[in-house]
Amino acid sequence: MAMRETKRIFRSGLKNFARSGTVSFASILISTITLFVVAGLIFTQAVLHHSLSQIEDKVDVTVYFTTVAEENKIFTIKESLETLPEVLLVSYTSADEALALFRDRHQNDYLTLQALDELSENPLGASLNIKAKNPSQYESIVNLLEGEEGLIKDGAQIIDKINYHQNKVVIDRLNSIINGAKSLGFFVTLVLVVMSIIIMFNTIRLTIHFTREEISIMRLVGAENKYIRGPFIVEGMLYGSVATIVTLLIYIPVTLWFKNKMIDFLGIDMWSYYMSNFFQIFFIIFVSGLLLGAISSFFAVRKYLRN
Amino acid sequence: MIYFNNVTKTYAGDLPALDNINLTVGAGEFVSIVGHSGAGKTTLIKLILREEEPTGGSVFFESSDIHRLKSKDLTKLRRKIGVVFQDFKLLPNKTAYENIAFAMEAAGKSDEDIATDVPHVLELVDLAHRMMHFPTQLSGGEKQRLAIARAIINQPDVIIADEPTGNLDPINTYEVVQIFKKINDLGTTIILTTHNRGVVESIGKRVITLDRGKIVRDDADGRYVI
Repeated sequence: MAMRETKRIFRSGLKNFARSGTVSFASILISTITLFVVAGLIFTQAVLHHSLSQIEDKVDVTVYFTTVAEENKIFTIKESLETLPEVLLVSYTSADEALALFRDRHQNDYLTLQALDELSENPLGASLNIKAKNPSQYESIVNLLEGEEGLIKDGAQIIDKINYHQNKVVIDRLNSIINGAKSLGFFVTLVLVVMSIIIMFNTIRLTIHFTREEISIMRLVGAENKYIRGPFIVEGMLYGSVATIVTLLIYIPVTLWFKNKMIDFLGIDMWSYYMSNFFQIFFIIFVSGLLLGAISSFFAVRKYLRN
Repeated sequence: MIYFNNVTKTYAGDLPALDNINLTVGAGEFVSIVGHSGAGKTTLIKLILREEEPTGGSVFFESSDIHRLKSKDLTKLRRKIGVVFQDFKLLPNKTAYENIAFAMEAAGKSDEDIATDVPHVLELVDLAHRMMHFPTQLSGGEKQRLAIARAIINQPDVIIADEPTGNLDPINTYEVVQIFKKINDLGTTIILTTHNRGVVESIGKRVITLDRGKIVRDDADGRYVI
């Protein structure tokens, strides 16, 4: 009995969908725009996330040691730093490596190299480059390094300087930009998704409004509410399904264009991102399409089924 | 079968459309309700179908107060009533066959019954050759015959027809009236509203005359007097 009803509801929904021509086309178009926005937001989030992590990656703090600092003491500090939960990576640059890097950086600067050669010993000390898991954690790491009760009570005399104070303004600024971009991204996403849902809901409500007369006829011939509502929900789900396919197809040339033209600007290969996350994106869009179609239809018909 | 008990219906800020109506329609009767436009004929029909709620009084179908039925029971009641309207009220996106099949599906009939009964009833109203046509492809008379076929397919206890010949030419009017007479001869109660004198006289059965919301005549012999 229930099986027969379900079959009839699906058959009726399919026929209405096929016969409604222009109305179906308009609904699919609007649903496609909605899903296009939803998918676009997935890509935007990916670009934002990629850019932010790149920026985050550029932030670090370097501890410069005096030329007389013993290597084993530096390694003790390095090991202590590595045990901190906030620290992602600590890399050591020896005094010789620092000199080699300096020479390499100034290979065209003859005067500087000559001045360096005049000196009998290496003027540069070793350094530790610290990367935190989160840019906001640098301050606490530096405080630990500098604190009297902190990490290196006897290390104070071997530390020449910590460049955190020079970079503090930039780091704080980046921190606020990153946090701002994240909140703004979330807010914009939310607003756009809500707007798209409202537009799609209203379109489906409008198409059902045109059939209110039919709904009243169905009620007059004794059809139960679920039997009237069912085909409309099926129709809504079909709009969502077709719109999903159209949206995913549109994104093939779009992401290819981004791959060819915008890779330097965005720093991320959209086509590869699309292809490697295709099933996740398909799932999100398809489920969004089905749910939006079904829920919009459900509420739109409900208005005319109240007695 | 149908009882109106002191029924009044007033639309907001207007004179009563129906004023203290007491009326009984027995099983197997053919009742014509006549009156000028605005006399209250359609309001009376809408109250039986519960498309409107009465301002006062009660309307009964057998022992049930129509306006106190729960949604599920109302659906069952509507399956006992076949409806025919002046503007046909067919489903535009469904073929003639599907329009009738829909009423049967709504009543929970099996696919086998639908496949047997729909062509049969279409043949009865002489529309077998128009089975796969959509309402927009049918003439006015054909549309009304299709509406009648839909109304009788579930063998209702009563058929309510609101101005069923209002949009038809004399030949189609005659045909539709003949179909109603046949249906009534088979034992189905019919309540029909009209302001067509010829229709009332060709039926020749009970006539109730409404004027400004009141029953002014109730004749058993098919007289149209206004």
